[in-house]
Order: sequence, then C-alpha cells, then structure tokens
Amino acid sequence: MTDKDSSRLKLLLSLFSVFFKIGAFTWGGGYAMLPLIKNEVVEKKRWISSDDFIDGIAVSQSLPGAIAVNTATFVGHKICGKLGSLVATAGAVLPSVITIIIVAMFFLQFKDLKVVQSFFRGANPAIAALILSSVLDLGKSALKNRQDIIISIGLLLLLIYFDIHPILAIIISAILGIILKR
Amino acid sequence: MITIQLFLTFAKIGLFAFGGGYAILPLIEKEVVYGTHWLTHSEFLNVVTISQLTPGPIAINAATFVGYKEGGIPGAIFSTLGVCLPSMILVLIVIRFLKKFETNEVVNRVIKGLRPAVIALIASAAYSIISGGGISDIKGAGIAIISFLLIRTKKIDPILVLILSGVSGIVLYML
Repeated sequence: MTDKDSSRLKLLLSLFSVFFKIGAFTWGGGYAMLPLIKNEVVEKKRWISSDDFIDGIAVSQSLPGAIAVNTATFVGHKICGKLGSLVATAGAVLPSVITIIIVAMFFLQFKDLKVVQSFFRGANPAIAALILSSVLDLGKSALKNRQDIIISIGLLLLLIYFDIHPILAIIISAILGIILKR
Repeated sequence: MITIQLFLTFAKIGLFAFGGGYAILPLIEKEVVYGTHWLTHSEFLNVVTISQLTPGPIAINAATFVGYKEGGIPGAIFSTLGVCLPSMILVLIVIRFLKKFETNEVVNRVIKGLRPAVIALIASAAYSIISGGGISDIKGAGIAIISFLLIRTKKIDPILVLILSGVSGIVLYML
C-alpha cells in the first residue's frame, strides 16, 4: 500500500466513524442530525466549507429520502467521491439498523405480553399528539399564503375522504407548484 | 422472493419520500399496511412508536423493522438498501449539476409546490392514527391531550413524553 492509499483509507475510516457516531446518538432523524453533522464535518474536521454544507442541506431537503442519508451522501461525495458517499451513508444508517433488528427480535417475541401491549396502548396516543404538534410547527413556516393553505386542506381532504395514494398527492402538488408558483 | 419484494416496495417508498420524517408515514402505511399486508394497522403504530424511541430516521427504522419481520436479517438489509438507494442516486446525479439544479425555475416551483402536500401528509398521518384506533378509549384521549399540552407549553422532549405515556399505559391498563 502506498502512502496515498493509506491516507485515503484513514480518511474513509474517519468518515465512517463520524457518521456512525451521529447516527447512533440522534433521535428523530434528519433535522436533529444537521447541527451535529455541521459541527463534525465543518467545524471539527474541516472537511468541507460552511457554504458547501449549506448547498448540501438545500439538495438534501429538495430531494426525496431521509435527510440524514442525503446529507451523508453529499458530504461523503465531497470528501471521497462515490466511495465516500457509500461509507458515510453506511455509517449514518448502521446504528439504526442494528438497534431496530435487536428491538424487533425482542418485540416480536414479547409483543403479546400484557405489559408490552399496555406500554404501546399508552404511547400510541402520545404519537398522535407529537404528529399534530409538528403539523402546527411546520404549518406555520411552510404555508406561506392563502393559496398554500387551501391546497394543503384540499389535499388533506383527498387523502382522508377519497383515500388517494400519497404519491398522487405529491404529484398533484408538484404540478400545481409548476403552474402557480414563481 | 420476499427480499426482492421488500427491496422494490421500499425503493418505491424511498423515491417518493418527500419532506422527511412524519410526512413519509402515510406512504409507508399505504404500501406496507394496505398494499402488501406486511403489518396490521396496530403493528404499524407500534413501529412508529419504536422508531421514535430509537435513534435514526423513521423511514430507515420502519424499513429495517418490516424487513426483519418479513425476511429476517437479509430482509432487513434489503429493505433498508431499498429505501436509501433512490435518494443516494439522485443526490449523486444532482451534485454533478449543482448550480443548474439550484437555479432551475421548474425545480424551485416544484419544491415550493410540495410544501402544502408535506403538511397535508403529516396531518393525514395524525388523522389515520386517531381514526385507526391509536386512541382507543377515554384514557387514551387523556394521554393524548396531556402529551399535547406538555409538548406545546412546556417544550418537554418528545422522547420523554413518549416514555411517560408508555409507563402511564402500563399503570392505567394493567393495574
């Protein structure tokens, strides 16, 4: 192995461990991860500039997919090309994959126990509350004018009463965006 | 081949998962509960709760859970690959045309257009949980209202609220 190869390998390992750490210690995904990723890759490691990171967030948010995955792919690519993308994403995703497999093993084994069922019967209403709360938070910043509010309510009615596929709701709003937005 | 089915279903979810987080729930529910019947509605709710209590994005957690349940560890790996790959490929394509992408008029209109849909999708996820039996009785309604107030007025960490609600469930439904 040449010096160049070994420094590249070190960089990849370091990339993996940074994203693994972020993946393991952030609950709630995407938006919770962004400040941590910025702290590691922009401020501590100085792998990319703040401007590049902002470009990365813009791209991550405008494309489909988990924001953590998209940001890891973007940052990884900046640092080490396609291989960097793969390594950073694997690092970001592996902690959840390992945790969920372990939890699923136990859950599928013990889901019929009264104590487990009671826990979920108590927690599920709280999930409804969390989601409603995020509708209020996001609604305030995402719905800019009366037109947005009307479209949003219209799509909600289509989703609830006409049971349209969520993909159709996405396509309708993209088309409306092309026609109405400027 | 269940692994291929898992991969394709989650690739479809990954390709249309705009807005992140809760906005993806209706899509996952549609495909996994009503399309393939891999989960019942109440199992789906439990998976959402589990993904909130564990680190990582909801889409990844749901993919891994469903994949593991249906196809063991290979199933978990293929579902997770499926949900990640479409966006990874799109990010790598967009990086090549970054400046053109950021200034493209159609792209900007689509992004603005998607915002109302993201809010509608999240609201419909809440509706589906409430109407689908997530709040099963007056105790559940009480937990929902108290949780909502704790989150809105006291800004208490959602994970703590979830754990407290789960423990209340054990107390209220077992004792």
